Amino acid sequence: MDIIVCVKQVPDTTTVIQIDPSGKDIVRDGITHIVSPYDEFAIEEALNLSNGGKVTVLTVGPDSAKDALRSALAMGADEAVHVVTENAMGMDSLATAKLIAKAVEGRSYDMILMGRQAIDDDAMQMGSLVAELLNIPQISTVIKLEVDGTKVKAHRTIEGAQQIVEAELPILLTAQKGLNTPRYPSMKGILKAKKKPVEEVNAADLGVDTAAKVVMESLSLPPARPAGKIVASVDELVKALTEELKVV
Amino acid sequence: MKVLVIAETKESKIKKTSFELLSQAQNLGADDVTALLIGEGVSGLAAELGHYGATKVLVADHALLHHYTTEGYAHVVKQAIDSIQPELVLFAASTNGKDLAPRLSARLDAGLVSDALELSHDGSKFVAVRPMFAGKAMAKVSVASSPALVSMRPNVVSVKPADSSRSAEVSALDLTLTDADIRAKVVGLETSGGDKIDVAEADIVVSGGRGLKAPENFKLVEDLADVLGAGVGASRAVVDAGWRPHSEQVGQTGKTVSPTLYVACAISGAMQHLAGMSSSKNIIAINTDAEAPIFKVASYGMVADVFEVLPELTEKLKAAKG
Repeated sequence: MDIIVCVKQVPDTTTVIQIDPSGKDIVRDGITHIVSPYDEFAIEEALNLSNGGKVTVLTVGPDSAKDALRSALAMGADEAVHVVTENAMGMDSLATAKLIAKAVEGRSYDMILMGRQAIDDDAMQMGSLVAELLNIPQISTVIKLEVDGTKVKAHRTIEGAQQIVEAELPILLTAQKGLNTPRYPSMKGILKAKKKPVEEVNAADLGVDTAAKVVMESLSLPPARPAGKIVASVDELVKALTEELKVV
Repeated sequence: MKVLVIAETKESKIKKTSFELLSQAQNLGADDVTALLIGEGVSGLAAELGHYGATKVLVADHALLHHYTTEGYAHVVKQAIDSIQPELVLFAASTNGKDLAPRLSARLDAGLVSDALELSHDGSKFVAVRPMFAGKAMAKVSVASSPALVSMRPNVVSVKPADSSRSAEVSALDLTLTDADIRAKVVGLETSGGDKIDVAEADIVVSGGRGLKAPENFKLVEDLADVLGAGVGASRAVVDAGWRPHSEQVGQTGKTVSPTLYVACAISGAMQHLAGMSSSKNIIAINTDAEAPIFKVASYGMVADVFEVLPELTEKLKAAKG
């Protein structure tokens, strides 16, 4: 089975976020980047499912995003496609989805996998957007997956329950934490990754209108929380809950 | 202003998030608010949407809509948008709302703001505030399309009281849905914990961390959650250790929550946890380490051992409830 995995390079979860002078982006200098954690579940699942087929990893992003592709190749993906744009922050999810859909068009795939959301913009839109643009079905937040021939059976997590969903290939799935345990790249894998092909596609050459429909006006740090109160006894907590917060 | 609200139901009841969306529409000054009610056998719920501020209710009642499916519901919402031509479509930022809304964004080529905490109209366009980096930054964004699509984070809009004297004009959507429209079909539903409240939608959350020392000690957290009517949350450390399911994880690689009250028990407050809960309206932290970062965001902090505090707190709250 041929699988395309979409990944995104994001700041590490321990990053201290600061706003840059433009007021529309974070300070990017000195940040450590990682592959968005949910995407690692998608890569792992693709490697387990491909069974001799080709696993292609794809990203949209600046030149530095190539590191995310190399990480996926080191885990075992066969080849990579890099849609290069330096304007990732100026685009919205829909514009990025159009670039992905256009870059995927004409490639052979039975399944597209990606994380349920990227942990930088947290928009959780990309799976549905790309599936709609490619006119294929989707199953999001997948925690358990079985593929039998062309049949797919997936468990997806919803509030307080799991839906069991069946569909036929081709399909797009988004990975939830718990789907698998992503492997660490081996030293051999890291060395091999350097020789694997990375196809560069210039975003501007795809002929896609990437004007943002959701426009970033300003980015700010969340307001600081007012100083709290240290209490010394359980009775004070009870009083806070019953009289001050009135939740009981 | 014409607004379409996508109502959600669960076990034959309208979810509170739907009332929050109707209140949000009223806060925007909308005079024409249509609620779209989707499901099977849901027609009887239409009147209640009127009590909470819908001026019209459009009912899509069909056997194929018994379960939420992306394509089935997207088909219905698209039909409703075509018929009403709203300027704004409001979704709840639930798992299903966040699955559905982007499908419409691509189908309509319309901008979608996910997980908004605030929404207003500046006279020419909709402007929203939404968290990024799990709440470490707040983005103010505007929508340059009509309709604008927005999913609202649960619990951020106060629900206006119901008024049973208000009634909505109820009509049925003339559905064109067929089985072939739904390619990914729901064949079953496994409920995990009976009537457990999901941490993302709970008005009160009680969370436990590594300081609880063993999975069985989460009983202390669950007991307090029970008496408060709260959802149970967990830190990444205890989820990664396999003590609790990922569905309970609060933080950057789990759920970002904004409850009225968040009680952090034996959680030190790693940055990625704080990111997921520091927009809670009130925070209570109980931890033995006075230097723990969780105290920096706490409205009430108690430097103490949860093994002593929690049983006493639970008992005294039970007594207070009478």
